[in-house]
Amino acid sequence: MDAIRENIPLLLQGIGTTVALTVLGYVFALVVGTVMAVARVSPIPPLRWAATVYVEIFRNIPLLSLLILIAFGLPDVGLRLPYFWCGVLGLTLSSAAFVCENVRSGINTVPVGHAEAARSIGLGFFGTLRFVVLPQAFRSMVQPLVNVFIGTVIGSALCSAIAVQEVTWVTQTLNIRYAQAVLMFLIAGAAYLVLSLGGAALGGVIERAVSPGSGRDRSRAGSALDVTAGAQA
Amino acid sequence: MSTSATQVLFDAPGPKGRRRILLLSVLSVVVILALLAAALWQFQSNGQLDPGKWIVYLRVDYLAFLWQGLWGTLKVTALAAVVAFPLGLLLALARLSRLRVLSALAAVWIEFYRGIPMLLVVYAFLLALPAFGVTFPRFWMLVIPMILVSSATTAEVFRAGINAVDRGQHEAAAAIGLSRRDAMVSVVLPQAVRLVLPSLILALVTLLKDSTLGYVVSYNELQFQGKTLVSITRYLVQTYLVVSVIYIVINFLLTRVALALDARMKARAAAS
Repeated sequence: MDAIRENIPLLLQGIGTTVALTVLGYVFALVVGTVMAVARVSPIPPLRWAATVYVEIFRNIPLLSLLILIAFGLPDVGLRLPYFWCGVLGLTLSSAAFVCENVRSGINTVPVGHAEAARSIGLGFFGTLRFVVLPQAFRSMVQPLVNVFIGTVIGSALCSAIAVQEVTWVTQTLNIRYAQAVLMFLIAGAAYLVLSLGGAALGGVIERAVSPGSGRDRSRAGSALDVTAGAQA
Repeated sequence: MSTSATQVLFDAPGPKGRRRILLLSVLSVVVILALLAAALWQFQSNGQLDPGKWIVYLRVDYLAFLWQGLWGTLKVTALAAVVAFPLGLLLALARLSRLRVLSALAAVWIEFYRGIPMLLVVYAFLLALPAFGVTFPRFWMLVIPMILVSSATTAEVFRAGINAVDRGQHEAAAAIGLSRRDAMVSVVLPQAVRLVLPSLILALVTLLKDSTLGYVVSYNELQFQGKTLVSITRYLVQTYLVVSVIYIVINFLLTRVALALDARMKARAAAS
């Protein structure tokens, strides 16, 4: 227990870094991913093509490879970021690809008639998206987006491999110093479980708020069969 | 022929619309090319476009070295998949069992291994277990965590698949007198497994991505081979780019297979 008592600031700092990595990475991913999704459904072919290339690259690259490339490869070409921001960048780029695909799937669940009705009252491309399609798409996007959040939480642990001092790194460093591996493992595991289960619970609350009485199997298990978005490591 | 919302977001464009689309297309092509040019210039100004640094990857010994890593990756992934998928099925069945204790235990396992990063499990095997005298070879220090985590995620996939089989099948099986267990084995599971096949291929992709953690345990899979190569050649960005591209290509092909399988299944379901 000395290991904990003497290092509370360090542990809290680690947990804070994990939360910061996750939240920053996820929020930026939401923004970038939605922009990419809009590009993918836009009438401008080069934008559609560029967004598709982006998604295919960052959906298929392992997160660790991406982080190592950003943190250890990019300095070779003159782009040297602090390791924390390398982690945020890697998490953002990776999660954004999955957000893009989930938003696109969500847009596809909106019945065609709604978009046609929006067209018939004169709403343009952005108007249709903003007032009619995206608000309704959001209802079916909540669960997959929660899964992306949990994926970001899990992914933030990989940042410890590029020397970001988040909770995995802190607990392993303390483990080396105090040789109390089980305790450290439990602490780190608890931190991640709180974040991921908390995220899932929050997602459940949001989902019930936006689609009351939906009755479909929209649990985390239900969306496990949806293949279109790809597999997030 | 069905249309989706994405296809009606914009009308068939008239002359003004076509002109605007053309203008924006040209604009975006210019911007994209400018970004690519800036990236290449950045490479060039740091001497990273030097052909000497790139041509080495066509050398037989470099390729053999990388192939050794790729072979390690494939071995680890295949073994983990072969063990984790059946284990996931068992966990899903346990989760759906009417025995409360079994269901609760399975739920704990599944939620635990879904909620923690695989890296933590790897560190547990790497640093925690040796303190209790249990040391695994590097290969198993990578494979066992992969199996543990993947079994939890595939358990959820199988559970979704079993739940997706039409209620009518359960009822029909009961109507012809099959016990719950027989119904599950003979009627529900074959259909469920066929439903989840695309998701299982995606689980394979996830396993492949997880195999990069060999970097941490120093097992000779592709990412770790890249690290070793870098320590010899010091060509950081080139090596890591080549390694990343290999992963992207493999995962892209696997995902394509999963999507094609999914599309064919949906087409068959729509036709029947």
